[in-house]
Amino acid sequence: MTQDELRKVVLATLLSIAPEVEVDELRADKPLRTQVDLDSMDWLNFLLGLHEKLAVDIPEADYAKLVTLSDVLSYLGARVR
Amino acid sequence: MLEFTLPSLGSDMDEGKLLEWKIKLGDRVRKGQVVAIVDTSKAAVDVEIWFDGTVHELLIEPGATIPVGTVLATLLAPGEKAGTPATGRRKVSPAARKHAEALGIDVDTLAGSGPGGAVTLADVDATAAQSSLGRQAATSDRQAEMRKAIAAAMSRSKREIPHYYLSEAIAMERAQAWLSEANAGRPITGRLLMAALHLKAVALALKKYPEMNGFFRDGAFQPVAAAHIGVAISMRQGGLIAPAIHDVGEKTLDEVMRDLADLVKRARAGSLKSSEMSDPTITVTNLGEQGVESVYGVIYPPQVALVGFGRIAPRPWVDAAGWLCVTPVLTASLAADHRVSDGHRGALFLAELRDWLQQPDKL
Repeated sequence: MTQDELRKVVLATLLSIAPEVEVDELRADKPLRTQVDLDSMDWLNFLLGLHEKLAVDIPEADYAKLVTLSDVLSYLGARVR
Repeated sequence: MLEFTLPSLGSDMDEGKLLEWKIKLGDRVRKGQVVAIVDTSKAAVDVEIWFDGTVHELLIEPGATIPVGTVLATLLAPGEKAGTPATGRRKVSPAARKHAEALGIDVDTLAGSGPGGAVTLADVDATAAQSSLGRQAATSDRQAEMRKAIAAAMSRSKREIPHYYLSEAIAMERAQAWLSEANAGRPITGRLLMAALHLKAVALALKKYPEMNGFFRDGAFQPVAAAHIGVAISMRQGGLIAPAIHDVGEKTLDEVMRDLADLVKRARAGSLKSSEMSDPTITVTNLGEQGVESVYGVIYPPQVALVGFGRIAPRPWVDAAGWLCVTPVLTASLAADHRVSDGHRGALFLAELRDWLQQPDKL
């Protein structure tokens, strides 16, 4: 999967939880959860959605590594085939 | 003959708009079955029937706005025979029947405007247009309507309920450590959130302090044995809704978590059930995710208490041995109705809640 394809999947998953998000206004280098107002249930659903689509299991201990959209993309990039 | 009336789906509701029948003449229905979809100011709600029976007459047409208590349908009780035979075969023009089938509309639920009450093509079209328009209008007006509904309920609360407020700082080290360990051994599909622990702890504390759980109606408190906890869910477009998770005290943490995830999903998708809207016996709100330290809520009438949770954050703390340390702390608050309980009992309730959160393995 290319970085572009991965980005599409991640954004589509995000939009399924927060349909009001303007993707173009998202800053990839700023904390995602505060930009998009994701509470812990939304966050869990976001990760569940990624798990379903990409078959990547994200242990809770790794949540701290997933702060920005860039973090999420590089974390997944290293684990998705 | 049994009458199925429009139930109240919350204290801020006095009318509803019938969007759709989920039953037709002659259907056998069971208690708890979803029989209609009704639009309230807050959401389209799947309305469940509260008895078994056979549908005899549908009295209200989809699209109609009716007050709470209106008879929507009559049903024959199990074993009951209709005094007069239910209306025979409806007159339906063949074109109308075909068109209705294509649209998934039940012709038996339509009022006919043709000769002898026959259902015509135009009747089918009118119904189809009404129901899709109804859904659309429902979304666009919803924010304004929801704001009005919240305003009405909260004004009534502040006018009628003599609130008192208490708060308690709770050390959350044990609960957090237990949760991390539990989740480390779980796949992402089975993970728990702290919110599930909060809800279960509230339900268990209510067993000892039942005066926080129930309704104040007609000048008297009516306690409820089961903890049907209303969970305040913020809607992404603004506003909030607080449907119930039933019998939280009798459920395992996994069940509470599963129900919570399901409830949030359905609240946002607009498919809540009538019992979830009308049943909450207490409300829990969690604003900690937005970063506030504590929240003092407004009780949702006719309930008599609301528990608020703030953010869990590291704070200076004096441990049991008298040492100053830094530990994760949660501020839990109680807003309760002075007509029903006093601050002393409220304080004991919060202490009980605190104690349960120190024993996460027992939740």
